[in-house]
Amino acid sequence: MKAIRSMLFALMAIIMIASVVGCQPKQPAGPATIRVLTMEQAGPTVDEMNAIVGEFNKANPDIKVEIEYVSYDALHDKITTTMASKPPAYDVFLVDDIWYAEFAKAGYSLDVSDRITKDMRDKIFAAAWDIPTVGGKVYGMPWLLDEKYFFYNETLLKQAGFDAPPATWEELLTQAKVLKEQGIVEYPIVWSWGQYEAAICDWVILLYGNGGSLVDDKGAPAFNNEIGVKTLSWMVQTVDDGYTNPASISYVEEDVRNVFSQGKAAFAVNWTYMYDLVNFNKDESQVTGQIKMALMPAFEGSGQESASINGSMGFSVAATSPNQDAAWKYIEFLTSEDVQNRYSAHLLPIWQTSFEGENLTKLEGYTPANATTVPMFNKQFPFAHVRPKVSYYPEASKALQLALQEALTKQKTPEQALNAAAAKWVELGK
Amino acid sequence: MSPSSHGETMQRKRTLAQQDALVGFALILPSVLIILGISLQPIISTLYLSLFESSRGINAERTFIGFANYTTFLSDPVFWITIGRTLYFTLVSVGLELVLGLAIAQLIHTHPPGWQFLRTSLIIPWAVPTIVNGTMWRWIYNADYGAMNGLLLQLGIIDKYIPWLTKPNVAMNLVILADLWHSVPFIALILQAALATLPADLEEAAAVDGANALQRFLLVRLPLLRPAILVALVIRTVEAFRVFDIIYVITNGGPAYSTVTISFLTYLEMFSFGHVGRGSALSFLISLFTLIMAFIYIRMLYRPEEKL
Repeated sequence: MKAIRSMLFALMAIIMIASVVGCQPKQPAGPATIRVLTMEQAGPTVDEMNAIVGEFNKANPDIKVEIEYVSYDALHDKITTTMASKPPAYDVFLVDDIWYAEFAKAGYSLDVSDRITKDMRDKIFAAAWDIPTVGGKVYGMPWLLDEKYFFYNETLLKQAGFDAPPATWEELLTQAKVLKEQGIVEYPIVWSWGQYEAAICDWVILLYGNGGSLVDDKGAPAFNNEIGVKTLSWMVQTVDDGYTNPASISYVEEDVRNVFSQGKAAFAVNWTYMYDLVNFNKDESQVTGQIKMALMPAFEGSGQESASINGSMGFSVAATSPNQDAAWKYIEFLTSEDVQNRYSAHLLPIWQTSFEGENLTKLEGYTPANATTVPMFNKQFPFAHVRPKVSYYPEASKALQLALQEALTKQKTPEQALNAAAAKWVELGK
Repeated sequence: MSPSSHGETMQRKRTLAQQDALVGFALILPSVLIILGISLQPIISTLYLSLFESSRGINAERTFIGFANYTTFLSDPVFWITIGRTLYFTLVSVGLELVLGLAIAQLIHTHPPGWQFLRTSLIIPWAVPTIVNGTMWRWIYNADYGAMNGLLLQLGIIDKYIPWLTKPNVAMNLVILADLWHSVPFIALILQAALATLPADLEEAAAVDGANALQRFLLVRLPLLRPAILVALVIRTVEAFRVFDIIYVITNGGPAYSTVTISFLTYLEMFSFGHVGRGSALSFLISLFTLIMAFIYIRMLYRPEEKL
């Protein structure tokens, strides 16, 4: 009996010691493992991202990259949650333009100003450097220089008797009216106006295209004025008139792509990645070969030729990562001119040099989509607007999403809704 | 053995019961430590965090503000609207789940042809992870290519596709429907198991005394089922009150916050906005509400003389 008891105690002691020891992080033997968090949405496909990782791992036997994917809308919260642990769960993560201020302030993203070479500075678009730069310091490497584009289904437009896409939003409604009356499509345009960041992107396009602005020079909210109300009222009216697909109020970009790919809409607004998938990928689309891109329309009398949203992103090294050099090496590879050129079907390079001289011809030839998306990028990018870079952006954005939704679901007038959101922005800015 | 050493042995000697207790305690010690580590420690640190105001970020600097986070929420109309919405979700979903669950349990209990297959297939919706369930229903509800519109249109109930998830009053009920599909089987299985153990003689005696089927059900069977109903209700109410994942996937709180429940609000505050203190305070308020509800149930339904 006594012997059994002693054995039990010994056994328990071993279990407890083992469990405590087991909690210690293991020092990895062999190659340094770099864990990467990125998104599976509105950009390169998982296959493409995995292929790049494969190339890197092959060329760097001393580093092993493991990559994980989440949806865009889960990315921010996943990063902020995992940064609580030390060492962090990810060494490298994808950061949206609008989160850099927050992440720099919270100390999540490593200051990599010293790692940026002169070559990078000179050859990458100046606009790309704005993405990870906060207060003069660089907190990541630009990777995705994207904006929303205007897509139209040329075949459906021709059926309705139109040879050219609309240049203004008023003209779009004229064409939409004919498309609807002739029964070609029930809802001519589909948007991503769901309660997500996507709604803010579409709102920026319309607001700036109407001569408006999210914030003034001092950073105070400037959207709750006549232009803002007029723009939001226009959105509500297009739903009421049946020109906007009413389900847009619950949609994100992928829903837009699905509807547009089925030929159920003649017009759509989405990021670069949609063009290749909808026009060339027969597995994903029923309207291949029918889709064209055009300059984003603006409102008549606004003095604007076009307006779009800058939705750029960069990769950051976690400030608390134990493998910062290896992590940066992977980011350098991922964002290098060669890799970006070769994998440019759903994401165009950040390298200005890729768009110059002979390189431009080459870039346009890398994938069938590039012949259209590359010239469109050059045309549309001067009209792309950025959202405010503030550390409280997610909360400000949610308040504005709520305002748009309240107006679109008729719970408040556009004026009431926008005033409430603006008041929240003022409170947050204090 | 010398007398002195004999005395020492006597002193150290414990009764058999004491020895058993010691061994028993030592045996449960590891699990007690694990339970304390994984449940009590987070509770205490959440309570601690809820007394602070912190700028955005999990590891940001904090200022002690006492119970200000709690008083702010308790005086905020948004909090009470959200609690109301959460109670609506909880009452409607658990209420319907109980009725439907009881009906299905009764059906299985009568052993119709194929009842074993029915009982086994009931497990499937319950076994599907909530997040998968949410994704599935998001597809079903899709306005342009969802199965629900397709079905209703073919049955002639609607004449064109309806964007279900864009209507604030409809969206919440559709989330409830998705939750029903997932949770009714749970209640049905619990009640069916309880029904199977009920003595048949009481109902037979009631039948001999002239009670009709309804009377037998209401006056004999239902009271006997009360302990099982209590268990199912407490578990499901607490779960429903904390509903999060299904909403995150189907509506993300939209349209216009109409499906933002208290857990979703906590998630927004804590993880999206980085208000660690406010999020922690909300978590505690949720716990408080669930405790109150569990207490009410036990008061209403538990009879000490009955064994669960």
